[in-house]
Amino acid sequence: MSDTTGHEKAAATTPAAQAPSDDGGTGRVASADTGRVAAWRLLAGNPVTLVSGAALALIIVLSVLAPWIAPYGINDVNVANALQGPSGAHWFGTDDLGRDILSRVLVAGGTSLRIALVSVAFAFVVGVPVGIVSGYTGGILDTVLMRVVDVMFAFPVLLLALAIVAILQPGELTTMLAIGIVYTPIFARVARASTLSVRVEPYVQVSRTMGTPARTILVRHVLPNITGPIVVQTSLSLAFAILSEAALSFLGLGIQPPSPSWGGMLFNAQGFISQAWWMSIFPGAAIFVTVLACNLLGDGLRDVLDPKQRTLAEQRRMR
Amino acid sequence: MRFSAASTARFLGRRLLSSAVVLLGVLVVVFAIVQLVPGDPVRLALGTRYTQEAYDALNAASGLDRPIVEQFFSYVGGALTGDLGVSFRNGQPVTQLLLERLPATLSLAAAGIVVALLIAVPAGIWSALREGKVSDAIVRLGSQAGVSIPDFWLGLLLIGLFSTTLGWLPPSGYTALADDPLGWLRRVALPGLTVGLVAGAIMTRYIRSAVLDVASAGYVRTARSKGLAPSVVTARHIVRGALVPVLTIVGIQLATILGGVIVVEVVFAWPGLGRLVFDSVSARDYPMIQGSVLLIAVMFLIVNLIVDVLYAVVDPRIRLA
Repeated sequence: MSDTTGHEKAAATTPAAQAPSDDGGTGRVASADTGRVAAWRLLAGNPVTLVSGAALALIIVLSVLAPWIAPYGINDVNVANALQGPSGAHWFGTDDLGRDILSRVLVAGGTSLRIALVSVAFAFVVGVPVGIVSGYTGGILDTVLMRVVDVMFAFPVLLLALAIVAILQPGELTTMLAIGIVYTPIFARVARASTLSVRVEPYVQVSRTMGTPARTILVRHVLPNITGPIVVQTSLSLAFAILSEAALSFLGLGIQPPSPSWGGMLFNAQGFISQAWWMSIFPGAAIFVTVLACNLLGDGLRDVLDPKQRTLAEQRRMR
Repeated sequence: MRFSAASTARFLGRRLLSSAVVLLGVLVVVFAIVQLVPGDPVRLALGTRYTQEAYDALNAASGLDRPIVEQFFSYVGGALTGDLGVSFRNGQPVTQLLLERLPATLSLAAAGIVVALLIAVPAGIWSALREGKVSDAIVRLGSQAGVSIPDFWLGLLLIGLFSTTLGWLPPSGYTALADDPLGWLRRVALPGLTVGLVAGAIMTRYIRSAVLDVASAGYVRTARSKGLAPSVVTARHIVRGALVPVLTIVGIQLATILGGVIVVEVVFAWPGLGRLVFDSVSARDYPMIQGSVLLIAVMFLIVNLIVDVLYAVVDPRIRLA
């Protein structure tokens, strides 16, 4: 959800969060002098990244427009129409209460994306400053902060999220908070690792010698130069936040019925596997496609934006 | 260059010390679970209908009526001696209930790792050796798909296919390995496949990457330039060199599986630790939640410690880092 030996261990909790880079497969690399424009051209030249980006854009548009484009109400119960297979009237069929599955999948998408976005934003806003300050300052503050991060990493992602839900009442806000807290240390580690490498760069050293205040250095020099890995991490974290939310809702500890959620719909489908395959296929496929699109986009972004990983990829191609 | 026993001992000492610090932090977090509950955890656990006697008994048994500092030292002292209190639900010792559930989770994790290795080792090596070709792209896409699939959905799909449609395997339930090995195998097949497919997808990515790194190393180039057959270079140099990082990822995945099987255990009604955590959270059985979270976190720490130590033994550079 998945960095160096210590970091990789953390990564294990979020499967591919820091999984090794695939090299995109375009065979083209940005030369140092063409800069960002070339990087974006490289990104646009990778068909897998393009397709996954387009798919994600479509999913976002559909989810945002869900309340208007959903053909039926999400809680329009019609028992006489229960467990109907996919048809012209109900493209994804109906569930055990006769509710339209397509409408519920669309609306649940909005909820799922909103939770993923807010929780990753939380993790970003808390984790990145902690990581930058920790990496830049070093010393005892760094040691203390990183031990706290180590402790958080000792808990598997879903387990920590469950413990947080056990403390608070299940619901949308708790789900956001639980996932946000769980992903915070990942952002802290990524930001710290990148800051450590930027800190020793000559332009930072010169700035320091000239007496530039630490805050200015952090904002003007460090932050812009560590965006690559953080953007990549954000994309991958979105994928795993969607998975975590789905898992929590599947367990009945995330989004509470009657609000639809992909995980909750799958939980409901368990009892109807033999009678109504569509009840489990469509919500599951929605999670799978969304997460896959985020992951593939994250991989594509990593090839372009994470200079270190790109250097490795370049070396391999040069071989 | 030779590395002395002293450097190994220093590394071990450092690593053990940091694990102890993290363990202390874990204990603080686990202890805090009950303290952070808004309201009275005993009242929450008992629900709406209970007698004052039942409340007083549970409150006294849980020690929640004592000062917080005393509670903390008592919890840590108890945890270090294997006493994790009693379950709110049935009054049984938490440790005993945890130990009853441990074998089911361990046997599922073992089955999952075996499946994952059977997929990831050949797929990872094959994909790396064909880097940039269509077959490599297919393996990479497949592993990305495996990383992205929700395990509980995969479990439902497997039940739909192998139990409901084909009728080959039971959809759920558990038989202890020691009681009936064949029965265990039939029952562990689907949950094991679910866990193994997802873990295998992640491992494939790491193994591919490890093999690619080793394949570009100087000693492999030397082996090639001496005119050794490609198959010999692959078997003797590349695969052997990639073993160290692979060992790490296997350990990490094992730890992840131990802590991450909650949903899979729920789908397959597998009576392991994950299922226990879920049941305890649903019932607000706080001592049980604390105990299972602590046990899973400690197992996670121990596996990571073992991986680090093995890594240092195999690759001496780590000890000097």
